[in-house]
Formats: sequence, structure tokens, C-alpha cells
Amino acid sequence: MSTQATMPHPPAPQSGRDGFAQLVRAEWTKLRTVRGWVIGLVVAALVMAGIGLLIAVGGSSSCQSASGGPARSGRACGPTFTVGPGGEPVTDSFYFVRQPLTGNGSLTVRVTSLTGRIPPANGDVSLNPNVSPDTRPGLVSWAKSGVIIKESTRPGSAYAAIMVTADHGVRLQDNYTSDTAGRPGAVSAVSPRWLRLTRSGDIITGYDSADGTHWTQVGTVQLAGLSPTVQAGLFTASPAYQTISSNFGGGTSGSILPSQATGVFDHVSRSGRWPAGTWSGDYIDAAGGSGAGGYHQTNGRFSVTGSGDIAPVIAGSDASGGPSLTITNLLVGTFAGLIGVLVVAAMFITAEYRRGLIRTTLAASPRRGRVLAAKAIVIGAATFVVGLAAAAAGLTVGAQIARHQAYLFPATWTTELRVAVGTAALLAVAAVLALALGALLRRSVAAVSIVVVAIVLPYILSVASVLPVGVLDWLLRLTPAAAFAIQQAAPQYPQVTALYSPGTGYFPLAPWAGFAVLCAWAALALGLAVVLLRRRDA
Amino acid sequence: MSQAGPAGQLSLPLARHAGLMGIRDALHAEWTKLRTVTGPAWLLIATVAATVAISAATTAAVRCPSGIACPVDTAKLSLTGIQFGQAVVAVLGVLVISGEYSTGMIRTTLTAMPRRIGVLAAKAAVLTGLVLAAGTIAVGGSLLAGRLILPGHGFTEAHGFPPLSLGDGPVLRAAAGSVLYLGLIALLSLGIATAVREPAAAIGLILGLLYLFPIVAPLLDQHWQRHLEQIGPTTAGLAIQATTGLHSLPISPWAGLGVLAAWAAAALLAGGLLLRLRDA
Repeated sequence: MSTQATMPHPPAPQSGRDGFAQLVRAEWTKLRTVRGWVIGLVVAALVMAGIGLLIAVGGSSSCQSASGGPARSGRACGPTFTVGPGGEPVTDSFYFVRQPLTGNGSLTVRVTSLTGRIPPANGDVSLNPNVSPDTRPGLVSWAKSGVIIKESTRPGSAYAAIMVTADHGVRLQDNYTSDTAGRPGAVSAVSPRWLRLTRSGDIITGYDSADGTHWTQVGTVQLAGLSPTVQAGLFTASPAYQTISSNFGGGTSGSILPSQATGVFDHVSRSGRWPAGTWSGDYIDAAGGSGAGGYHQTNGRFSVTGSGDIAPVIAGSDASGGPSLTITNLLVGTFAGLIGVLVVAAMFITAEYRRGLIRTTLAASPRRGRVLAAKAIVIGAATFVVGLAAAAAGLTVGAQIARHQAYLFPATWTTELRVAVGTAALLAVAAVLALALGALLRRSVAAVSIVVVAIVLPYILSVASVLPVGVLDWLLRLTPAAAFAIQQAAPQYPQVTALYSPGTGYFPLAPWAGFAVLCAWAALALGLAVVLLRRRDA
Repeated sequence: MSQAGPAGQLSLPLARHAGLMGIRDALHAEWTKLRTVTGPAWLLIATVAATVAISAATTAAVRCPSGIACPVDTAKLSLTGIQFGQAVVAVLGVLVISGEYSTGMIRTTLTAMPRRIGVLAAKAAVLTGLVLAAGTIAVGGSLLAGRLILPGHGFTEAHGFPPLSLGDGPVLRAAAGSVLYLGLIALLSLGIATAVREPAAAIGLILGLLYLFPIVAPLLDQHWQRHLEQIGPTTAGLAIQATTGLHSLPISPWAGLGVLAAWAAAALLAGGLLLRLRDA
């Protein structure tokens, strides 16, 4: 086959630099002229994109309305989220003791305690929603109380806040997604925390202090387009108490129940123009103030009780409250396409061994390392193109459908590009790994089995939540399956407690770090294959 | 092939088996083929080792702290390794037939035994016997590991988790069903590999089929999810491992195993027909 490909050229091709181009061309001819392989690659792409469309269509085909009304379908079933300044879905639910602040100014407080109540530990929760379960004293990890400056009382409006938390010390947070650490340690009467928030134009600066005299700047944030008059004051929020764990064989189980926290403030001092002069308390919530909370003010001492959270909504968690998808979900068919690609890539070399063609190939091109390099370039490039087409089709068409059928978490175009190109690169490098294993083992069954076990199986087991999360995290760090991290679309927020597992689309490694693990495996296998191909008789 | 089992052949009258070898000879031939290469033995050992190791590792990673209700099906948990073991069994099922196609041995086999369905039946019988034997060891080892590990991790009798015992009806069903499950997976892959012939493509197809349903189903809405789980060979077949919460299963345990048996029968039928109709 390779000799035929060089036929149209002058009879004595040089064995110099342009010899490699001919070698690549010969390998490309071998790949495209075997009908089964071309069909295999096309089918892989179709299956990959097709599963994405199935997810988009079937993600939420119909639902029954909670009140027992007629069945609705499509987007009407999806959850409706409060949207933050960045366009992302957010939770904005807390108790707010506030008054308007006009122009520049600052608010300083001392926090002397943060306590709370959480649901009982034994899971014996009454199923009757009208009976509130017996709570016990305790705090959820991210219970928070402090000082906040907020554009308005509308849920989802811009804000900056400095706060004490149950387990994470002082924090400066703004616009739902940003989080900066301040002074560590828990707050108590003997170890209080002083907090200060200062507005200057659209710049808000947060400070903390242990004694009220020595202040440390925690950070500054810019809230672009902040109104001249904003709402400023004290707040308390306490995220839901979660006992969620992965089930074996898929899904999650456990409960998400409300918790409550109370922050105690004194030494409240203001500077700047505060036209109202008196404090008023509101529960801020998209549902219209349905949450629990309240405040007491005696002799300059404030006790503010609230629940809820001011944070981004975590994609894939049960807390998102309805059928929702991320663009990662639309590419779940990658594993099926990958199997097809791996089969073709392994056979690209093992078929030559089986039919004895390898002897012709190596006779025509005695520099064996270059033969393997040419094969790697050809199979890598072909699978990259096929993979990119499948990923792009799955993402664009799938996203269009999914937006009508369910809630699709927004992703920036850079994220979408990274996911699409990364998926294509994942297929390409995995194909090179399969080729190298094929060259090492010379048997297609062994090569395909090993490469599928190494790449696809850890991914499958993690997505189906077959193994405990701790084991999965290590599998997805060490095996070539780490590369699936390139498909993670939704960011992981450390300031929100949720089940961040591969099953819900969160991987233990950063996207490109995970991809690098696969590249390292492929390079290792290719290097070994070159050494063995040179040493062994064909 | 012809050199295999000379003693058995010589004792028969020569005229009798000019193209009419009995089923015993076919079984004997297939047994010799599997016994005399190292691959199948290693794959069977790998099945047992992978199943028991993964089961034990998974069981060891789960704890049930006192004071908390743990919604864990301990029998199913102890048999998690089957999810890995089935992949090895699938490879074995493919090798039994594809190995002959890649070496050209199949022509010798079919010349010696022209009744092609008989050849496939003999292969299926020997393969099933071996996989059931290995599966019994793997399941026994996994349950033993669970029995030893679980009480130390909070799954005590006082906590509502009696030690795993085959005397317990549901546990016996989960154990015996898991062994049968592996046997059916082997038959399914034998059928697909006979139809596809190309070993790499067969492996890819089978592994895709085994894992497609458990991955796609959870992402769909409940209605679709339930249907997919009822027809998927793995999702339906593994319902046999459930010992608690049977009412919430998409399909009842034995019916689920029946779905897998239907898949295996359909694959063998397709493979058998193609084997009969095609040139080797």
C-alpha cells in the first residue's frame, strides 16, 4: 500500500528530509483506504454527538407541576434562578439589618459570637413539612455573619461583604463568586473580630482587626456602576445542612435541611451620610421573605438571626432544584466515541502485524521510529478533526435544544472553546496512546482492552458513581482518564459546600493538568514503542 | 486441532467421524484449545483477582458512623467488583472466537467440524463452564471480604446490618445471580464477537454496550431513565444484586437477569446465523 502511494512520484525518492512527508502521506493513504476504519471513525463521531443530543432532548422531557396541575414540558419544568451580576445563577437569601448609605462612607462593627442550630444528626427527620424537626446547637461550616454593602434589596444585586464564618475565619466576598480570606480562627467573646467596610466611589475596601485599633486590609473590590445610594448594614446567612453522599451505582442520597445562625454585634459605628438614621430588618429572598430570621437591638448590641446563603448555585448539585444541565453533560457521549477511536487507532498498527504488511512498511522505510511518528501524526490529526466536529456539533446543537428543554448553566465562550478543543485533543492523544500500545503488544485485543481499561473504565466508574469518591479522585488523578477534567465546565467554589464529584461534573485535577497526565502516558508509551520497534524483529 | 486428544479419536471407528464428530469431541476440542494457551487462564485469574480486589477496596472505603442511618445495601456493596470483573470476562468471551479468526485457525476448526452451530455451542458450553467456576470463586471471595471488613466499619448487627451469609435468601440470590450474570456476559460477548469477527471492534462494541446504559441513564429524566435501565444489559442484569429497597428498582431482580439473558440469546443467535451463512 505504501509503495503504491509513492508511485506517482519520481522513481527514486530521496531519503532525506522530504522523505518524512511521503511517509506521512503513505500512512494517510493506508488510513483512508480501509473502509472499516473510516466508517469506525465516522460512527464514533456520530455516536458521540448523538448521545449528547439524546441528553439534551431527554434531560427533561416532561414534568408534573407540584400543585397537581396539567403536565408541563420543556423549559417550563426547569428551575428559575436568581441571576447575579455576572449572569450566573445565584442564591441570594439572608437576613439583612440595613439602612441607606448615600455617597462615600463606612461601617465598623465588633462581632462577639456566631452560634446556630442545625437539624438532628440521626436522620430521623419527620416527613411532615409542617412539623419542624428538633434542631440541635451547631453551625454549618460556611455559616456567615458580618457587614454588607449592597446595591439594593433586590435578590441578585451587586454586593460586597466582610464576615466571620464558622470554620473559615474572616472572609471578604463580593458578587457571589469572589472570596478572599482574612484573619483565621473562630469568633468568641474572648476572641472577638472587628470588621470594617468602606465605600469610596465604586471601590469597597474590607478591613479586619482583633482589637479595634490595629487594622489589616483584607482586600478591595470594585462594584462597577454602583448607585450613589446603597443599602448597608449587618447580615447573617446559614447555608443548608447537607448529608449528601454518592450512591453506589449512581445518584445521590441524603437530605438538605435548613440551618440557622445568629451573629452578635456591638460597637456599631458609621461614617458618611446615613439619611434614614434608624435600622430596619428584612429577610432578603427571591421567594419574597419566606425564610426564618429576625434581629434584636438592645443598648447598641445587635443580635441578627438568619438562614440561607449568598453564593453561586452549584451545577449538578441537588440544591439546584430542578432539571439542569451543564455543557459537560452534553459531551457525556465522548466515552463511546473514544472507544471507537481507540479501536481504529490500535488496529492502525496491529492490522499491519496481522497481515504482515509491517515488513513491507519497514522495508520501504527502514528508519522505524519515523514510521511510528508518521502513524501517530496521521491518526492523531484524523481523530482530532473528527472529534472537533463531533464536539462542536454536540455543543452547539445540543445547547440549542437543551435551552428549550431544561436549564442550561451558562458558560463563557472561552470555556466552551476549551471544552470543545480539549475534547478533540483528548481523542487525539488517546488515539496516539492506543497506537503506541498496539505497537508494543502487536495484538489488537490486548491493546484495545488495556487502553479501554486505562482510559474509559475509570471515567465510566466515576460518572456512574460505582466507587466511593475518595477512590475515584485518585483514579482520576493517576490514570489517563484524568484528561476528562478538560471537559469540566462549571467551576468548583470552595466557599460553597456541595458534593463535588466526577458524577456531577467535577474532576480532582485542573483541566489542562488532567490533560497533561494523558499526554505523559502517551509520550511514555510512544517512547517505549519506538525503542521496542527498533530492537525487535518485525 | 487434529493433534489434540489423539487417544479419544483413535478409539473410535474411522468411518464414523468423517465430518460427523460428536458433541463430546467438539467439547473436548474446545476445552483443549482453551487449556493449552496461557491467555484464557490468565484472564480467568484476572477476573477473580479484579473482582475480589475491587470489591474489598470499595467495601473498605465505606464507613457507617454510629448515630447515622446508612442507606447501604451491604450485599450489593460487597459485590461491586463485578463491575470490573465483567470487562475481563467480556475480553475472554471475545478471545475464544476472535483468536481463531485472527490466526486463521477457524478454517481448520470448521473443516474438522462442519456443523458450525455445534462448534459455537461447544465454545459457549466450555466458556460458560469456566466463567461460572471463576465467577463462583470471585463472588465467594468478595462476600467473604465483605463479611470480614464490614463489621469493623460500623456495619454491625446492632446497627441493623447482620453479617453477610448465604443462608439469607436475598444474599444467596445476589451471590448466585452475580455468578450467572458473569456467565451471561461471557455468552453475550461470544455472540457479538462471532458476529463481528474483528477482535478489536468486538471488544469496543461490547464494552460500549456494557457501560453505555449506566452512564447515559442518570442524565435523563426519570421516565426515560427507568426505561433505559430496564433494557440495558448491565443496568437490568445487576438488579439481581439488590437485597434492599427492591420496590424502588427499575426492574425486579430475576426479570432483570432475564433481560440480560435475552441480550445474550439474541447475540448468540445473530452470531450463529452469520457463522452459518458466511464464508469463514
